Amino acid sequence: MRAEIDESFGVLPHPTLADAALTRARDLGATHAQFRLDRVRTARSFLRDGDRQGSQDETDIGIAVRVLRRGAWGFAASTRLTPAAAVGVAEEAVAVADAVATLGGRRAEPVEEPVYHNEVWASAPLIDPFSVPEEDRVAILREWTGRLRAAPEIDQVLAKLVVTRENKFYADLAGTVTLQQRVRLHPQLLVSGHDSRAGRSVSLRTVGPPTARGLEYLSGQGWDWDGELAALPAQLAEKLRAEPVEPGHHDLVLDPSHLWLTVHESVGHATELDRALGHEISYAGTTFATPAGLGSLRYGSSQMNVRADRTVPHGLATIGFDDEGVAARSWNLVEDGVLTGFQFDRSTAAAIGAPGSAGCAFAESARHLPLSRMPNVSLLPAPGGPSTDELISAVGEGIYLAGSDSFSIDPRRETFQFSAQRAHRIHRGRLVGQLAGVAYQARTVDFWAALSALGGERSYRLFGADLCGKGQPLQVAAASHGCPGAVFSGIRVVDTAGTGAR
Amino acid sequence: MIGVRRAAERAVEARRDADACVAIAEETTTAHLRWAGNAPTTSGFARDERLTVIAIAGDSVGVLTRHGELTGESVSGLVRAAERVARFAAPAPDAQPLITGDCAQWQAEPVRTSFGAFRGFVPRLNDTFDREARLATVLYGYAEHQLRTTYLAASNGLHRRHVQPTGVLELTVRAGDGPATAWAGSAVSDFSAVDPGATVEKMRDRLCWADRRVALPAGRYQVILSPSAVADLMLHLYRAADARAAAGGHSVFSKGTGGTRVGDRLSDAPLTLYSDPAEPGLACAPFTIARESGASSSVFDNGRPLSKTDWISGGVLSALVQTRHTAGLTGLAHTPGIDNLVLRGGSGSLAEMIASTRRGLLVMALWYLREVDPATLLVTGLTRDGVFLIEDGEVVGAVPDLRFTESPVSLLSRVSEIGGTEPAIPREWGDYFTRMAMPPLRVEEFALSPAGGAS
Repeated sequence: MRAEIDESFGVLPHPTLADAALTRARDLGATHAQFRLDRVRTARSFLRDGDRQGSQDETDIGIAVRVLRRGAWGFAASTRLTPAAAVGVAEEAVAVADAVATLGGRRAEPVEEPVYHNEVWASAPLIDPFSVPEEDRVAILREWTGRLRAAPEIDQVLAKLVVTRENKFYADLAGTVTLQQRVRLHPQLLVSGHDSRAGRSVSLRTVGPPTARGLEYLSGQGWDWDGELAALPAQLAEKLRAEPVEPGHHDLVLDPSHLWLTVHESVGHATELDRALGHEISYAGTTFATPAGLGSLRYGSSQMNVRADRTVPHGLATIGFDDEGVAARSWNLVEDGVLTGFQFDRSTAAAIGAPGSAGCAFAESARHLPLSRMPNVSLLPAPGGPSTDELISAVGEGIYLAGSDSFSIDPRRETFQFSAQRAHRIHRGRLVGQLAGVAYQARTVDFWAALSALGGERSYRLFGADLCGKGQPLQVAAASHGCPGAVFSGIRVVDTAGTGAR
Repeated sequence: MIGVRRAAERAVEARRDADACVAIAEETTTAHLRWAGNAPTTSGFARDERLTVIAIAGDSVGVLTRHGELTGESVSGLVRAAERVARFAAPAPDAQPLITGDCAQWQAEPVRTSFGAFRGFVPRLNDTFDREARLATVLYGYAEHQLRTTYLAASNGLHRRHVQPTGVLELTVRAGDGPATAWAGSAVSDFSAVDPGATVEKMRDRLCWADRRVALPAGRYQVILSPSAVADLMLHLYRAADARAAAGGHSVFSKGTGGTRVGDRLSDAPLTLYSDPAEPGLACAPFTIARESGASSSVFDNGRPLSKTDWISGGVLSALVQTRHTAGLTGLAHTPGIDNLVLRGGSGSLAEMIASTRRGLLVMALWYLREVDPATLLVTGLTRDGVFLIEDGEVVGAVPDLRFTESPVSLLSRVSEIGGTEPAIPREWGDYFTRMAMPPLRVEEFALSPAGGAS
């Protein structure tokens, strides 16, 4: 994609700083060296009942050098943008590599990749969120709040908007040079009402996802905000009247606004190769999916097909090149219910004999080391399959879950518990009121084996997470997840508000 | 480029259109070392210079932050931009007069660390790798050393400076390629004398306990929570203790009849939960640093001196986290958030508590804690790195990891024994909040179920 790079980033002295750092790294004996100049601007606005509770507009700029020398990696970063600082950062990265080398355990050489000369890639929002003053963005939140405050059920409205513009310059010793820009934003509203029977507050959050679009998103391009805001008061009123769920095994119809997070946690993280190799044992954890299971591990029902990509339009993880200069691509993780792929970077590719990287290296900012981070990971729809409404009518008796809420999964990504913004009872194929306390628990492979019906393209939507954490020091990344509606049969449901809880 | 102290001064001098200006400038240097499978993985060093400018026009405020490229010109540009935001923004509900005060160490340079902070530690870690490899034990872990110097200045003459060391050492050990792991985490401000081998020695008995596996059905059990497990739970409680949400009827600290539960008894056990910037070994900033306003922070409170605050005193809820604005709304004292947390109330050791247990479970760490219901602060999560069955004073086997669903507030009413308080870091949030001291707690009727829902 050829598009506009923000001028104030384009004029920074990238080549001068990159030359200074890479030359110094090569002179000191680095066999691989990568230079980045990243700038991330994030603005957050919060309103409570229409009053501006707080705001922040933060620009994070810096340079980073990563080197491989005598089999050991080193990394250093600085927020100073001078040639002297770039040379200093290269020297610090080499010093780190030298210190680490004494700990032994040489890492595999990164796989070779094609060299790209002066590639430019940018996402193309219609309206750059930073092209208008913050007060104009806040005015939209305030207007939305006003609509919701008019509803008698609603006694509090919290509104939040986060907008991000990310610029990356990358250069390495092999000669690859890339210049990139992408934009994303995430509006969220949380409404609360009072349940007078129980004497307590009940809240409901919008499900409109974060997306790699511009401000046009807030006027309805990519999500029907008017429709969602109009539906919230009645949905909250119904949630305030929710009846306790009967614990036991139920057929679940999962809306794409809910299912995406289950995909993220139980498939996305479980197919990260660095977890499978044990690199994350001490923190994020491992995975039950091992390289030995490639082509044989039965992940779920034969209707389950999961694809990874960094290419889908408006995807949060979509980009031209990763933080090791690897071009974006797409590939399969699960085919007909069988594990067929992992996510990995140049350093870990060799561990499964891959000839090239999957292009997953990503760093939150210049101050962070690139790690293998999740691409967009999507559950593919059934060609010509039903709509979510048709899934609900076909299931007869069950529970329909929409929107994500609480999620908790073990470090092997093997067992989990999820809950939703709304849980509706399905009776005779129709939604008949909401249920309180609904959470479902399952083992990952049992859950995906219970996938009994899958929606078609009509029910398919792109959702996603913009605050996915990984690594030490912890860093965040964003990834989208496309899903159709889907039916999972006989899943164990518990009542988190019932006698088992206090 | 100018240093951060000069950047703070320059920002305050550059005020033109605003009535007042507050600047928070920080230099942070961080060295980190990570390893897996007895070999290094990702390690590095980063230097970060960050300036936050808070421009105030009437009761309106504009807040901008910039990491990097701090020059006289970029700082002035940041102030102009913050002034523009303030000019057009609606009045901030939390507007208050600025705090005043001076600082004798203002002129002192920032204090920095480097990767050299691990100079003595790396060879000892290497020795530990070698020794454990011979025992077929595998090490995973993380070491971080950080120094942050904060300069806070305002156009009314306010000056404050604070140097904050932060560090952690986390070690996970695994016997061979089996499923059993043990974890130990601690805050470390100086790595020069840290011996990872000594930490591993203390974890070895836990790997042996894992040799015998015992399965348990869902139920309510007497548990002994390790200081780290208590740290994760108390951190959730502390983060939910904002006075504004409580007064609005939206939190576990709301009274059904309106107002907050301050003054309510939460536990018959003599538990005291407090924060104190002068706590030995856990010292933190003795004044408020607020880079943005939120539910429990206000940029107008920057520089406000902090002192020891009891959140729970002898089992009674005694304060919630306040800004001057929320203190006015709730009619309670202004008790701002503080960057450490201590729970006290007993004296016994974990070993003594195990020895006096007839039947119960020992929970070493908790993981993936997520709120299920904010109105009760009901949290679900999993045990991690060891949960053990105790019978007649001895550990008799390891139990596969269990899911718990509990409220850190309601469980205080079921605390039947409090151990001695020791430094502890939360297993899940040790990268975010390291300054904690917690006791082990014996809790009755703790709700647990097999993690996969297989009962």
